[in-house]
Amino acid sequence: MVDLLFYVFAAVVLGGGIGVVLARSPVGSLLFMLATLFAMAGIFVLFEAHFLAAIQVMVYAGAIMVLFLFVIMLLNLGHDFRKDFTHGAGMIAAFAVAGLLAGLLARQLRGTGDHPLYAFFPGPEGMDALLAERGAVGAIAHPLFTDYVVAFELTGILLLMALVGAIAIAKQRV
Amino acid sequence: MLVEALVLSAILFVIGTAGVLIRRNAIIMFLCIELMLNAVNLSFVALSRYLGIEGQLYVFFVMTVAAAEAAVGLAIIIAIFRHYETVNVDNFNLLKW
Repeated sequence: MVDLLFYVFAAVVLGGGIGVVLARSPVGSLLFMLATLFAMAGIFVLFEAHFLAAIQVMVYAGAIMVLFLFVIMLLNLGHDFRKDFTHGAGMIAAFAVAGLLAGLLARQLRGTGDHPLYAFFPGPEGMDALLAERGAVGAIAHPLFTDYVVAFELTGILLLMALVGAIAIAKQRV
Repeated sequence: MLVEALVLSAILFVIGTAGVLIRRNAIIMFLCIELMLNAVNLSFVALSRYLGIEGQLYVFFVMTVAAAEAAVGLAIIIAIFRHYETVNVDNFNLLKW
Protein backbone atom coordinates (compact mmCIF):
# COMPACT_ATOMS: atom_id res chain seq x y z
CA MET A 1 0.00 0.00 0.00
CA VAL A 2 2.72 2.43 0.99
CA ASP A 3 4.73 1.51 -2.09
CA LEU A 4 1.72 2.03 -4.34
CA LEU A 5 1.05 5.45 -2.78
CA PHE A 6 4.70 6.35 -3.22
CA TYR A 7 4.53 5.60 -6.94
CA VAL A 8 1.31 7.60 -7.32
CA PHE A 9 2.88 10.61 -5.57
CA ALA A 10 6.10 10.17 -7.53
CA ALA A 11 4.16 10.22 -10.80
CA VAL A 12 2.43 13.46 -9.75
CA VAL A 13 5.77 14.97 -8.69
CA LEU A 14 7.41 14.13 -12.00
CA GLY A 15 4.42 15.20 -14.10
CA GLY A 16 4.21 18.47 -12.17
CA GLY A 17 7.94 19.06 -12.55
CA ILE A 18 7.79 18.55 -16.31
CA GLY A 19 4.69 20.76 -16.39
CA VAL A 20 6.54 23.57 -14.59
CA VAL A 21 9.21 23.53 -17.30
CA LEU A 22 6.90 23.14 -20.30
CA ALA A 23 3.78 25.14 -19.34
CA ARG A 24 3.44 28.15 -21.58
CA SER A 25 2.06 30.72 -19.18
CA PRO A 26 3.69 31.51 -15.81
CA VAL A 27 0.42 30.89 -13.98
CA GLY A 28 0.26 27.39 -15.50
CA SER A 29 3.80 26.74 -14.34
CA LEU A 30 2.82 27.86 -10.87
CA LEU A 31 -0.18 25.53 -10.71
CA PHE A 32 1.96 22.58 -11.81
CA MET A 33 4.44 23.58 -9.09
CA LEU A 34 1.59 23.49 -6.54
CA ALA A 35 0.72 19.93 -7.62
CA THR A 36 4.37 18.97 -7.22
CA LEU A 37 4.56 20.49 -3.74
CA PHE A 38 1.39 18.72 -2.55
CA ALA A 39 2.56 15.36 -3.88
CA MET A 40 5.94 15.99 -2.26
CA ALA A 41 4.16 16.59 1.06
CA GLY A 42 2.48 13.21 0.56
CA ILE A 43 5.86 11.55 0.07
CA PHE A 44 7.10 13.29 3.25
CA VAL A 45 4.20 11.69 5.12
CA LEU A 46 5.16 8.28 3.74
CA PHE A 47 8.64 8.84 5.19
CA GLU A 48 7.10 9.71 8.58
CA ALA A 49 8.09 13.38 8.34
CA HIS A 50 4.63 14.63 9.31
CA PHE A 51 5.70 18.04 10.58
CA LEU A 52 7.63 18.78 7.40
CA ALA A 53 4.64 17.71 5.31
CA ALA A 54 2.45 20.21 7.16
CA ILE A 55 5.10 22.93 6.78
CA GLN A 56 5.45 22.07 3.09
CA VAL A 57 1.74 22.64 2.51
CA MET A 58 1.38 25.71 4.74
CA VAL A 59 4.62 27.59 4.10
CA TYR A 60 5.68 26.41 0.65
CA ALA A 61 2.36 25.90 -1.11
CA GLY A 62 0.48 28.42 1.01
CA ALA A 63 2.90 31.30 1.39
CA ILE A 64 5.78 31.14 -1.06
CA MET A 65 3.68 30.11 -4.05
CA VAL A 66 1.12 32.81 -3.27
CA LEU A 67 4.02 35.30 -3.20
CA PHE A 68 5.00 34.10 -6.69
CA LEU A 69 1.37 34.40 -7.79
CA PHE A 70 1.17 37.97 -6.45
CA VAL A 71 4.28 38.94 -8.42
CA ILE A 72 2.98 37.30 -11.62
CA MET A 73 -0.33 39.14 -11.24
CA LEU A 74 1.49 42.38 -10.40
CA LEU A 75 3.64 42.34 -13.53
CA ASN A 76 1.90 42.71 -16.86
CA LEU A 77 3.72 39.95 -18.74
CA GLY A 78 1.59 39.98 -21.90
CA HIS A 79 0.49 36.95 -23.87
CA ASP A 80 3.44 36.27 -26.14
CA PHE A 81 5.12 33.39 -24.36
CA ARG A 82 7.21 32.13 -27.31
CA LYS A 83 10.16 34.24 -26.21
CA ASP A 84 10.13 32.44 -22.86
CA PHE A 85 11.99 29.46 -24.34
CA THR A 86 15.57 29.46 -25.60
CA HIS A 87 16.08 28.70 -29.27
CA GLY A 88 18.62 26.86 -31.41
CA ALA A 89 22.08 26.47 -29.92
CA GLY A 90 20.92 27.50 -26.46
CA MET A 91 18.36 24.67 -26.42
CA ILE A 92 20.96 22.09 -27.54
CA ALA A 93 23.42 23.35 -24.91
CA ALA A 94 20.70 23.20 -22.24
CA PHE A 95 19.86 19.59 -23.08
CA ALA A 96 23.55 18.69 -23.21
CA VAL A 97 24.14 20.11 -19.73
CA ALA A 98 20.99 18.46 -18.33
CA GLY A 99 21.97 15.15 -19.94
CA LEU A 100 25.48 15.41 -18.50
CA LEU A 101 24.03 16.05 -15.03
CA ALA A 102 21.59 13.14 -15.44
CA GLY A 103 24.46 10.86 -16.46
CA LEU A 104 26.57 11.90 -13.47
CA LEU A 105 23.67 11.34 -11.06
CA ALA A 106 22.81 7.98 -12.65
CA ARG A 107 26.44 6.90 -12.32
CA GLN A 108 26.38 7.99 -8.68
CA LEU A 109 23.12 6.16 -7.94
CA ARG A 110 23.88 2.94 -9.86
CA GLY A 111 23.95 0.03 -7.46
CA THR A 112 23.03 2.29 -4.54
CA GLY A 113 20.69 -0.30 -3.01
CA ASP A 114 23.38 -2.94 -2.49
CA HIS A 115 26.25 -0.61 -1.68
CA PRO A 116 28.27 -2.03 1.27
CA LEU A 117 27.70 1.22 3.19
CA TYR A 118 23.99 0.37 3.46
CA ALA A 119 24.78 -2.53 5.77
CA PHE A 120 25.69 0.08 8.39
CA PHE A 121 22.41 1.99 8.05
CA PRO A 122 20.55 1.85 11.37
CA GLY A 123 17.18 1.14 9.74
CA PRO A 124 13.87 2.86 10.47
CA GLU A 125 13.43 1.33 13.93
CA GLY A 126 15.45 4.06 15.67
CA MET A 127 13.39 6.80 14.05
CA ASP A 128 10.14 4.98 14.89
CA ALA A 129 11.16 4.83 18.54
CA LEU A 130 12.10 8.52 18.55
CA LEU A 131 8.80 9.52 16.95
CA ALA A 132 6.83 7.36 19.37
CA GLU A 133 8.67 8.91 22.32
CA ARG A 134 8.55 12.59 21.37
CA GLY A 135 5.93 12.92 18.65
CA ALA A 136 6.43 14.34 15.17
CA VAL A 137 6.93 17.95 16.34
CA GLY A 138 8.91 17.21 19.47
CA ALA A 139 11.37 15.04 17.59
CA ILE A 140 12.37 18.06 15.48
CA ALA A 141 11.91 20.70 18.17
CA HIS A 142 14.23 19.10 20.72
CA PRO A 143 17.45 19.18 18.62
CA LEU A 144 16.36 22.48 17.06
CA PHE A 145 16.36 24.24 20.44
CA THR A 146 19.40 22.48 21.88
CA ASP A 147 22.15 21.43 19.46
CA TYR A 148 21.11 23.68 16.56
CA VAL A 149 19.93 26.73 18.49
CA VAL A 150 22.66 28.97 17.02
CA ALA A 151 21.65 28.08 13.48
CA PHE A 152 18.02 28.66 14.46
CA GLU A 153 18.73 32.16 15.75
CA LEU A 154 20.87 32.96 12.70
CA THR A 155 17.92 31.91 10.52
CA GLY A 156 15.80 34.48 12.33
CA ILE A 157 18.39 37.17 11.55
CA LEU A 158 18.46 35.99 7.92
CA LEU A 159 14.69 36.33 7.65
CA LEU A 160 14.86 39.86 9.10
CA MET A 161 17.57 40.78 6.59
CA ALA A 162 15.49 39.32 3.73
CA LEU A 163 12.46 41.31 4.92
CA VAL A 164 14.37 44.59 5.05
CA GLY A 165 16.16 43.85 1.78
CA ALA A 166 13.00 42.93 -0.10
CA ILE A 167 11.25 46.14 0.97
CA ALA A 168 14.30 48.27 0.19
CA ILE A 169 14.74 46.73 -3.28
CA ALA A 170 11.08 46.75 -4.28
CA LYS A 171 10.51 50.35 -3.14
CA GLN A 172 9.44 52.81 -5.82
CA ARG A 173 12.77 54.63 -6.14
CA VAL A 174 15.26 52.36 -7.94
CA MET B 1 11.58 2.84 -0.94
CA LEU B 2 14.82 4.70 -0.12
CA VAL B 3 16.50 4.06 -3.47
CA GLU B 4 13.34 4.96 -5.38
CA ALA B 5 13.13 8.26 -3.49
CA LEU B 6 16.77 9.07 -4.26
CA VAL B 7 16.20 8.31 -7.96
CA LEU B 8 13.06 10.48 -7.96
CA SER B 9 15.05 13.25 -6.29
CA ALA B 10 17.79 13.00 -8.95
CA ILE B 11 15.26 13.10 -11.80
CA LEU B 12 13.49 16.10 -10.27
CA PHE B 13 16.81 17.91 -9.85
CA VAL B 14 17.65 17.33 -13.52
CA ILE B 15 14.20 18.61 -14.54
CA GLY B 16 14.81 21.74 -12.47
CA THR B 17 18.24 22.26 -14.03
CA ALA B 18 16.83 21.81 -17.53
CA GLY B 19 14.07 24.29 -16.69
CA VAL B 20 16.53 26.96 -15.56
CA LEU B 21 18.49 26.48 -18.79
CA ILE B 22 15.52 26.23 -21.18
CA ARG B 23 13.22 28.96 -19.89
CA ARG B 24 14.02 32.66 -20.36
CA ASN B 25 11.33 33.98 -18.02
CA ALA B 26 12.98 35.02 -14.75
CA ILE B 27 9.95 34.03 -12.63
CA ILE B 28 9.81 30.52 -14.09
CA MET B 29 13.57 30.15 -13.66
CA PHE B 30 12.94 30.97 -10.00
CA LEU B 31 10.24 28.31 -9.83
CA CYS B 32 12.68 25.78 -11.31
CA ILE B 33 15.20 26.68 -8.61
CA GLU B 34 12.50 25.95 -6.02
CA LEU B 35 12.01 22.62 -7.81
CA MET B 36 15.70 21.82 -7.35
CA LEU B 37 15.53 22.78 -3.66
CA ASN B 38 12.56 20.46 -3.27
CA ALA B 39 14.45 17.62 -4.94
CA VAL B 40 17.23 17.99 -2.39
CA ASN B 41 14.66 18.18 0.43
CA LEU B 42 13.28 14.84 -0.72
CA SER B 43 16.74 13.27 -0.47
CA PHE B 44 17.17 14.67 3.03
CA VAL B 45 13.79 13.37 4.21
CA ALA B 46 14.28 9.92 2.66
CA LEU B 47 17.70 9.52 4.26
CA SER B 48 16.54 10.91 7.60
CA ARG B 49 14.15 7.95 7.87
CA TYR B 50 17.23 5.75 8.26
CA LEU B 51 19.96 8.02 9.59
CA GLY B 52 18.23 10.13 12.24
CA ILE B 53 16.24 13.32 12.70
CA GLU B 54 19.01 15.71 11.53
CA GLY B 55 17.97 15.31 7.90
CA GLN B 56 14.55 16.75 8.69
CA LEU B 57 16.19 19.64 10.55
CA TYR B 58 18.22 20.52 7.46
CA VAL B 59 15.02 20.48 5.40
CA PHE B 60 13.56 22.94 7.91
CA PHE B 61 16.51 25.30 7.37
CA VAL B 62 16.43 24.84 3.59
CA MET B 63 12.76 25.85 3.56
CA THR B 64 13.51 28.98 5.61
CA VAL B 65 16.35 30.00 3.33
CA ALA B 66 14.17 29.28 0.29
CA ALA B 67 11.49 31.60 1.66
CA ALA B 68 14.03 34.38 2.23
CA GLU B 69 15.52 33.80 -1.22
CA ALA B 70 12.12 33.92 -2.90
CA ALA B 71 11.21 37.19 -1.17
CA VAL B 72 14.45 38.95 -2.14
CA GLY B 73 14.54 37.45 -5.63
CA LEU B 74 10.99 38.48 -6.44
CA ALA B 75 11.73 41.98 -5.14
CA ILE B 76 14.69 42.13 -7.53
CA ILE B 77 12.45 40.92 -10.38
CA ILE B 78 9.93 43.66 -9.60
CA ALA B 79 12.69 46.28 -9.58
CA ILE B 80 14.05 44.98 -12.90
CA PHE B 81 10.58 44.88 -14.45
CA ARG B 82 10.03 48.49 -13.48
CA HIS B 83 13.19 49.42 -15.36
CA TYR B 84 13.01 47.19 -18.48
CA GLU B 85 9.25 46.42 -18.72
CA THR B 86 10.07 42.71 -19.18
CA VAL B 87 11.27 39.73 -17.15
CA ASN B 88 12.95 38.00 -20.09
CA VAL B 89 16.55 37.35 -19.05
CA ASP B 90 17.79 37.85 -22.63
CA ASN B 91 17.30 41.57 -22.08
CA PHE B 92 19.42 41.72 -18.93
CA ASN B 93 22.95 41.86 -20.35
CA LEU B 94 24.51 44.45 -18.07
CA LEU B 95 27.04 41.98 -16.66
CA LYS B 96 27.59 40.08 -19.92
CA TRP B 97 30.81 40.63 -21.85
